[in-house]
Amino acid sequence: MSAMLTVWWKEVRENLRDKRTVFTALIWGPLFGPVFFAIMMNTLVTHELNKAEGPLKVPVIGAQYAPNLIDALKQQGLVPQAPLADPDKAVRERDADVVLRIPADYGKAWRSGEPAQVELIYDASQQGSNTPTKRLEAMLKQYGSQQGALRLLARGLSPSVAVPLVVSERDQSTPQSRAGLMLGILPYFFVFAVYLGGMYLAIDLTAGERERQSLEPLFANPVARWRILVGKLGAIGAFSLASLVLTAVAFSVAGHFLPAEKLGMTFDLGARFIGQAILLELPLIAVFAVLETLVAAFAKSYREAQTYLSLLMIVPILPSMVMSLMPVKAAPWMYAVPLLAQQIGVSDLLRGTPVSAASIGMALVTGFAFAAIIGVVTAQVYRSERLAISA
Amino acid sequence: MIEVKDLHKAFGEVKAVNGVTFSARDGEITGLLGPNGAGKTTTLRMLYTLMKPESGQVLVDGIDAVVDPIAVRRGLGVLPDARGLYKRLTARENIEYFARLHGVETQLMHQRRESLVDALEMRDILDRRTEGFSQGQRVKTAIARALVHDPKNVILDEPTNGLDVMATRGLRAFMRKLKAEGRCVLFSSHIMQEVAMLCDRIVVIAAGRVVADETPDALRAQTGEANLEDAFVKLIGTEEGLAA
Repeated sequence: MSAMLTVWWKEVRENLRDKRTVFTALIWGPLFGPVFFAIMMNTLVTHELNKAEGPLKVPVIGAQYAPNLIDALKQQGLVPQAPLADPDKAVRERDADVVLRIPADYGKAWRSGEPAQVELIYDASQQGSNTPTKRLEAMLKQYGSQQGALRLLARGLSPSVAVPLVVSERDQSTPQSRAGLMLGILPYFFVFAVYLGGMYLAIDLTAGERERQSLEPLFANPVARWRILVGKLGAIGAFSLASLVLTAVAFSVAGHFLPAEKLGMTFDLGARFIGQAILLELPLIAVFAVLETLVAAFAKSYREAQTYLSLLMIVPILPSMVMSLMPVKAAPWMYAVPLLAQQIGVSDLLRGTPVSAASIGMALVTGFAFAAIIGVVTAQVYRSERLAISA
Repeated sequence: MIEVKDLHKAFGEVKAVNGVTFSARDGEITGLLGPNGAGKTTTLRMLYTLMKPESGQVLVDGIDAVVDPIAVRRGLGVLPDARGLYKRLTARENIEYFARLHGVETQLMHQRRESLVDALEMRDILDRRTEGFSQGQRVKTAIARALVHDPKNVILDEPTNGLDVMATRGLRAFMRKLKAEGRCVLFSSHIMQEVAMLCDRIVVIAAGRVVADETPDALRAQTGEANLEDAFVKLIGTEEGLAA
């Protein structure tokens, strides 16, 4: 057995015996994303659907001034609730999503043909109030235009006179692309799994070994340091890969628990998705293994390495954040940028857009090249005398 | 055979090793004696190629440590100051890991491991994880790990540090056995009696220099002190006097 394999196997075996490493790499890292995601989506969707299709319960103040209006709204699904003493406060404190208030002079204005005013009291900054407010608004508008049409007819005019423009909406999004939009954050979970999968190993294999003073006897063996480094990187990569595969499979499984049909969306998270996503993320395994080892080699202690690497974890989230805040059109060059390539690649796969072999190839080449550059730097640091000395 | 010629090593302003020359011969035990901070560990670290000397030469069985460090390490068994066992591995796994790094064949590895386990009397701890080992158990495991490739030269940095009386006696017997097998044994210590009892040759280091390189008897004769401890104090005291 060659020295590199010996080092690799010893590190894998030793770390499989460490509960925290195994938990982080094989349970927390890969399962956090999919489980969190499935639960969030289900709760959110069920909640939204109830608000979008269920009876709309809205407290109404002054219902007695507009019995016809209330009857019409009831037919559209409104369930009027008892009036509130302080609607502003109720909305601010989220006791009600929206409150309808009909002023006392509503009837007078209506009868004299003046525009009669009603008030919607809501807080736009509250997520949950958007859908009910829009629904109620739509109901009111419909009642308004219906009554307007009747008035025109009563005066012998065609209602179309008052409708010079009709907007017809044609949404070009496919069910997959709508899902992809909602799944914008998902690519980060893949990166997260790869990063976290190797993190504790990277710390343990360099900063940890030095702290436990085992690097010095190790380097007294007749094995070149770069071979030891390669063995260690291989062990880090193995854990990252396991974490990545688990993530992909877990997402595939979680896809079955997403309320896709309720939204009229389909998720294609089958074997093809798993394979391509893993292929796209492969270079990140190498990039993170060398990067994490480099950082751990600079840190003076295990704790210090842990702090640095936890901070560094924010870096891979940046492309995800930027992409979900300002959706940019994916351009071919983006596949040449590590992290960005994985972000757009996985989100395209989720959206059901095929990712070309050339794009995947590009991501692999540039990703591994980037890893090789950091790898050379890491190997240099590994050769320093300082590295092995703990005291 | 280990030959050290005029070694120098500085850490910033501090000259840790400042012209150390000595030889450790096969079939002999050579003691590197000196107070804490005299430069013993740094000297040994240059011997097993963890550090590069700024000037001077290290030859192990005639091979230059700077020219071919891998070959030098192949001929050395090293117990560093830092024992550094792998806590999540058993004593057996620790030993076998280093055997494989040395490229020892499986069958030969089992054979050597068995004889070391017997010689060091560590059968009872062989399949326990090293976490929670006593100081003595740790040293035994680290020594077995260092010698499993059957090296001609053995370097032990303060091997008896922290050991109780029984463990120390056992270790001394083991070192005599290594000598009887014709190996070159080089060990460092700051304990006078131990060095006097074991060594064929004593190299006294103080402030990064060799202040004496003699047999124990010659050392006593040279300093005119019947007691080795007095001789030691005299040597170091003189050196410090000179330096000032």
